[in-house]
Amino acid sequence: MDKVRFGHSIVPYLFLLPQMAVVAVFFYLPAGEAVRSSFFLEDPFGFSSTFVGLDNYADVLSSTEYRRVAIFTVWFTVLVALFALAIALLLAVKADTVLRGAKTYRTLLMWVYAIAPPVAGLLGILLFDQHVGPFVDIASWFGWNLRIGVNYYDTAFAMIATAVWYQVAVNFIFFLSGLQSIPRAVREAALIDCRSGLRRFFTVTLPLLTPTAFFLLVINVTYALFDTFGLIDLMTKNEPGNNPVTLVYKVFLDGFRGNDLGGSSAQSVILMIVVFALTLVQFRFMERRVHYA
Amino acid sequence: MARLHIDQVSKIYTGTQRAVDAVSIDVDDGEFLVLVGPSGCGKSTLLRMIAGLEAITEGAITIGERVVNDLDPAARDIAMVFQNYALYPHMKVYDNMAYGLRNRGIARDEIDRRVREAATTLELGPLLERKPRELSGGQRQRVAMGRAIVRNPAAFLFDEPLSNLDAKLRSHMRVEIKHLQRSLGITSVYVTHDQLEAMTLADKLVVMNAGKVEQIGAPLDVYERPASTFVASFIGAPAMNLIPFSALGDDGRLGLRDATVATIGFRPQDIIEVANDNEDGDGLSLRFVVDAVEPVGSESYLHGKVGAERVVVRIDGRAPHREGDRIGIAVPSERLHAFDADGRRLEGWRTPDAVGDAGTAMRKTRAT
Ligand SMILES: Nc1ncnc2c1ncn2[C@@H]1O[C@H](COP(=O)(O)OP(=O)(O)OP(=O)(O)O)[C@@H](O)[C@H]1O
Ligand SMILES: [Mg+2]
Repeated sequence: MDKVRFGHSIVPYLFLLPQMAVVAVFFYLPAGEAVRSSFFLEDPFGFSSTFVGLDNYADVLSSTEYRRVAIFTVWFTVLVALFALAIALLLAVKADTVLRGAKTYRTLLMWVYAIAPPVAGLLGILLFDQHVGPFVDIASWFGWNLRIGVNYYDTAFAMIATAVWYQVAVNFIFFLSGLQSIPRAVREAALIDCRSGLRRFFTVTLPLLTPTAFFLLVINVTYALFDTFGLIDLMTKNEPGNNPVTLVYKVFLDGFRGNDLGGSSAQSVILMIVVFALTLVQFRFMERRVHYA
Repeated sequence: MARLHIDQVSKIYTGTQRAVDAVSIDVDDGEFLVLVGPSGCGKSTLLRMIAGLEAITEGAITIGERVVNDLDPAARDIAMVFQNYALYPHMKVYDNMAYGLRNRGIARDEIDRRVREAATTLELGPLLERKPRELSGGQRQRVAMGRAIVRNPAAFLFDEPLSNLDAKLRSHMRVEIKHLQRSLGITSVYVTHDQLEAMTLADKLVVMNAGKVEQIGAPLDVYERPASTFVASFIGAPAMNLIPFSALGDDGRLGLRDATVATIGFRPQDIIEVANDNEDGDGLSLRFVVDAVEPVGSESYLHGKVGAERVVVRIDGRAPHREGDRIGIAVPSERLHAFDADGRRLEGWRTPDAVGDAGTAMRKTRAT
């Protein structure tokens, strides 16, 4: 194959320029600004700022409130990713057994689900709404007086449930297509080699699904950490005081509500480091255990 | 080790169309049965019904003493080798072979013994720690064989296991499979659409067409006495020449007794070239016009026509003929096959005295 060569000309860099410009304007510039302002103490009216070194970081890391939010964020992420993946996998396996062979039906179902996530997300929010959602009523039948946006644990529950609800649909599509891409003959060979369906699932199906599962794990953790911002905002109803929030939401709270730009910048820098480390860990350690067939 | 009994088995996928239509076959203990037929004739479907991968619509399949119709594939005591090998991509070669044994609760050292033994037989020893994707096609094929062998099942099922290999490897593996099956003595059912594979491997050959059995028999019996025009044209390469009886302009020398003869067949290698004016002897003698010469080394094939009918003639060694040549050809009468209007084979279609020893005389001519 012949590659087009540009020698040492600047042409390739010109092609890269628009992309680089977007990354620079929307990522490097704000990130740099965050790092810079995390070393300053801004006066509440934004007239002046004083260099305070690592004081902002020290404040953040020693705050009990920050630790509380960090712990909730970990729980929230773990639970959302776990349930969203597990429920989606269960549904996909069931759908897969029904769909084997029925090609047109399968394609139709995929279409429906490809459109569904935003709609499902909206539905989820309605389902768990304090005033119009039926879930509050259902819970009350069992003597559970759900007070979303008021009671800490009730709100946490509704938040996790809604986030899972939203993400299940996306995971389902990926798991289903992952399942369908396992060769028929391999499944049949397993059918002859292993009588127990459960055992077959854990020894053949699941290992062959790990590339999909790994990819989804990354997507789900990212989702739980960052994409749930709107959901949390909606659920805490601008009363975040006594309600659970995640680290990302706290950055917003402290920065724009508390006008503590320095502290909130320090928090976002910490988040950046966490994300970076997490990504490294995920790709370094998990990819080894993934079977790319 | 078991007998396999297929009794009036049919498969209907949808509607009334029968992919397999009332098939009955008996396979003896240790016998090598080959199912052969054109694409879509239902060979795989039948095999998959034996394996339990496809439900049996009608009829019964017995392996050993058990009717297996309602048993899971894993409970049928069979092992299958698939066309694309179907190895578990995430398992090493060793685990691919051991998997079926582990799930059957066989002791660890017994599994190890069996896997290593199979690996030695199949020369897989150095590959045991590899993943399937690190193997060549031929090696994967051998692992698939190994996975079947270690199970020591009542029956082996093969679905075109060699069709993804190149010609040389295919003929090598063919011999190897035959040898292995012989030494293990395990009842086997082998599906192929390659008639050469079918002829060389089979103890018993089943020719299928459109879901039905056309003929069951020893390969050479099927070759020499094809039960129908379909079998005649399917078994043997190049195919048997089939000519409508009416096109022969028979002058009575064939000694026809049975008036239902509709088609006369003869194999390319049973044709002998005769001088143009040779009209004696009581076989078939015809005028043949050469259209094309096809040398394949040890022999040559002349493609051409008798009247309006296409005929292929086999010539030993190199053919001196050229396109457009007109030659006389003859077929000893004992080498002729006759079929009725439905394509069924006819026996005793010639008058007894015509059957005489004219044929032997012809053969002598051929030898000189
Ligand atoms: N799952 C299925 N659903 C509906 N029809 C099927 C199915 N599988 C096979 N058939 C039909 O049954 C017939 C027999 O198919 P089968 O796969 O047994 O053919 P085959 O003899 O193995 O052919 P080949 O040599 O091409 O593998 C075909 O007409 C096919 O279209
Ligand atoms: Mg087939």
